[in-house]
Formats: sequence, structure tokens, C-alpha cells
Amino acid sequence: MSTTQQPPRHGTQAVPPVQPPRKRTPLWVVDLYGSAIGKKYVMAVTGLVFMGYVLSHMIGNLKLYVGASELNFYGEWLREIGYPALPHSGLLWLLRIVLLASLVLHVHASWSLTRMNRRARPQRYQSRRDYIAADFAGRTMRWTGIIVLAFIAFHLADLTFGTANPSFEPGDVYGNVVASFSRWPVALLYVVANAALGFHLYHGAWSLFQTMGWNNRRFNHWRRYFAVAFALIVAVGNVSFPIAVVFGIVS
Amino acid sequence: MDLTLKVWRQDGPQDAGRFETYSAESISEDMSFLEMLDVVNERLVEEGTEPIAFDSDCREGICGTCGLMIDGQAHGPQRATATCQLHMRSYRDGDEITIEPWRAAAFPIMKDLVVDRSPFDRIVEAGGFITAPTGSAPDANLIPVPKEDSDLAFEAAACIGCGACVAACPNGAAQLFTAAKLAHLNLLPQGQPERYQRTEAMVDEMESYFGSCTNHGECQAACPKDISIDFIALLNRDYGKAKFSGRRKRAD
Repeated sequence: MSTTQQPPRHGTQAVPPVQPPRKRTPLWVVDLYGSAIGKKYVMAVTGLVFMGYVLSHMIGNLKLYVGASELNFYGEWLREIGYPALPHSGLLWLLRIVLLASLVLHVHASWSLTRMNRRARPQRYQSRRDYIAADFAGRTMRWTGIIVLAFIAFHLADLTFGTANPSFEPGDVYGNVVASFSRWPVALLYVVANAALGFHLYHGAWSLFQTMGWNNRRFNHWRRYFAVAFALIVAVGNVSFPIAVVFGIVS
Repeated sequence: MDLTLKVWRQDGPQDAGRFETYSAESISEDMSFLEMLDVVNERLVEEGTEPIAFDSDCREGICGTCGLMIDGQAHGPQRATATCQLHMRSYRDGDEITIEPWRAAAFPIMKDLVVDRSPFDRIVEAGGFITAPTGSAPDANLIPVPKEDSDLAFEAAACIGCGACVAACPNGAAQLFTAAKLAHLNLLPQGQPERYQRTEAMVDEMESYFGSCTNHGECQAACPKDISIDFIALLNRDYGKAKFSGRRKRAD
């Protein structure tokens, strides 16, 4: 199509491109990532990785309700999966690397797309917009994303490194969780952050179907149900843990 | 009915622009929105004031020339309706209506409510056609097309290129326009030979002017032709396939 001649343009000057020119690379994955649609693919795929992670993280943590020895044994088992075929903590570190790489890509893509969108509309509407379809979850993706990102940093310091948890005992997952959530501001923070995560997951879990091109008119209405169910299950499960500790159901 | 209008006035592309308030008196509910503006303009001309500049052509909802941001909604409050087909019976006596032009970096404001939508032409020029010379019209039904496919292609082909999708999109993305222009060719047998090079060329052209899609669905809600965001999923799929399989053959 590049052979087509541009017809002469009449009237005033042509509108210049808004976005900076793209560098082309022969490697298809890198070239795809150079496009906005490619970045959305990356956000959808890394989003799927996170969805798998948050769901299994929540399900695993349900052992909190079974008892200290069960949860601590589960924590120990995570380090031993695949042993002796894999080294100690082998799979755990592999997953951590995948998650970290996904996080970097997810954040970079959203950052770069946000900048692109700002360039596309430098002057906002001067009167109030009346949105019809864009919902709260979709419009606050950036903010819920930032909240979740900051929360991840705190959560790691609290229950992985233990630096934000004065009574941290390596290996005593149950004791650490109870000690951490017994501080009510921390429990509140977990509730707020997981509510943000729920909204983020709702838009993400629906949006990824569109981005990946998974669209079929016979099944399209199920995508919303799936997103609502997924976000609710993860958020409600996660929010239950600090509430259970605060109200003394788990101690 | 008597109405109060807050209209965006801008003398030229470089002017900062501002809202100005006008009263629209004895407006009939049978008038279209544009006819209401005509009445206001007639009075402005009589008063010796510069009339409000706005675009319109066919005034029957099929050309895509008109398009105003009315009370924060592209083409106003009525679904699947272009501004020219919006009638004043949607309003009540005493209403205040705010009118703004489309806002996007790729749609610079020329004057008042008139914007330059020529980047849409750049997208179509990049591949929104069949390159083969077609000669005279072929016999009907020479190429069998499944009914479902032709219906779907027709839905996409209904796009009139008014720019409401870009105007309504919180990101200023032109995904729905480009997806519609792609789908009406990519769904039909005649569009298959150039399907992937077309998709890549048009999407790349689109991305040099517009924002990115975050699946809000605001475009679909604003579209006067009710074009579905299902076509955006098709665009995403075809673009991914085009890149993955390297199906784009460079002609140069």
C-alpha cells in the first residue's frame, strides 16, 4: 500500500502527526511493542499473569482459617515445590522473576500509553463531560494502579522482608500475618488497597478480552460476568483476612 | 421554547477561544439542532455579529459532516443519532445547552465549532481501499459471501467518519473509526489479499495522530451509526496476526 501516491491536499495546511515518529525494528515482538496496540497486548498478557497470581495468592492464604501449622506448612511447601528436581526455592524465584518482569512491563506500557493519550488531547473539554459508558473502574485505572503498586511495596516490606513488621519471625507466616493485622491502621490499609485492586481487576479482566481480540457475539456478555466474579472473589477473599484478625476471628 | 446556549467561540486556529452565551428564542420542537443554530445565526447576522461557524452538509444523518459536543456528549443526548438528526423535542423550555467543538490534537479547531478531521483521510489513504483495478461492476453473487459476514461488514461500513468516537474517547483514540474502516474490507472476500498489510498500515497511520484504546466503550455509545466495539477486537486480532506472521509484504 506504500506505493499509493498521496493526492494533493486542498485548503489549509495538512494536520501534522501528533505522536513522535516510531522507530522500526525487524524483530516482530519488539516492533509490536513499539505500537500502542502491542503495548496493550503486553498489558493484557502481564495482566493475565497477575490475575493468575492474585487468585492463587488469595486461595493459598485461605489456609489462615485452617490454622497456624497448615499456613506455615503451606509457606514452607512453596519453597520446596519441585524439589529435588528443582533447587530449594527454585520455582519460587522463577515465579518472582516472571512477576517482576511483568510488573516492569505493565507499568512501562501504561506509562507510555498515558503519555500518548495526553498528547492526543492536550486541551481538555472546557465544559463538563457526561460519560455514558466509561465506568468508575475504567476511569480510575491509573489511580488504582498506583495505589496497588505502592501497596505491593509495603506488603513486601511487611510480610516478605519483615522490615515494616516489628514482630516479624521468618517462617512463622501465621504469626506475622496476625501481628501485622493487629495494628488497625495496617488492617485498614490492606482493606483500602484490596478494594482498589478489585476495581483494577474488574476493568482489567474485562478489557483484556477486547485487547486480545477475544470477541465473539455468542459469548461477549459472559466477559462482564467473568470480570465481576473474578474481581469480587479476589477482593472479598483478600479483604476478609485483615477483618478476620481485627475482629478476633483469627488470632 | 426559549433556550440559553453556551457556545464555544474561537476566531481562528491560533485564538484561545471562550464560551459565549446566547439566547435562542421561540424555537420549535420540530427543528433539528442545526436548524436551531441557523435561527440563532440569522439573528446574529441581523445584529451585525459574526454567526457561529459549524459544519453540516446532508442534514439527514448520512454524511458525517456535522458533529458537536453537546452538554458533554458527542452528538448530544440521543443515542445513535448525528447532531443534524437530534431534534429540539429532546429539550424543554428554559434549558441551558453547552456546545463545544470536538477536541483532539489531530482535529485542530479551525473556527468556533469547526474542526479539521483530515487525519481520518490519512488513515483511509494508508490502506482503506482495494488496490486492484476493478473494471466494470462484476455480476452480482459472482463471489459468494456468507450472509453473516456481509451483515457484519455492512454494520462496519455504516461509519460516516464524523469523528464522534475520537471526540467521546477519554484518550482521544480513533480505534472505532479505524476498526470500522478495516472491518468492512477485512470481513469480505475482496479484502482478503491485502488484509494484513492494510491492517498494519492503517493502524500505524492512526497511531501517529491519535491516542490509545483503553476499552471504555465511550466511542460505541457516541457513534451515530451504533458501530460496535466488537470491531476493535477484530482490529487488535488482525494487527497482532499481521505482526506475528510478518504477513505484511513491503511493496517498495
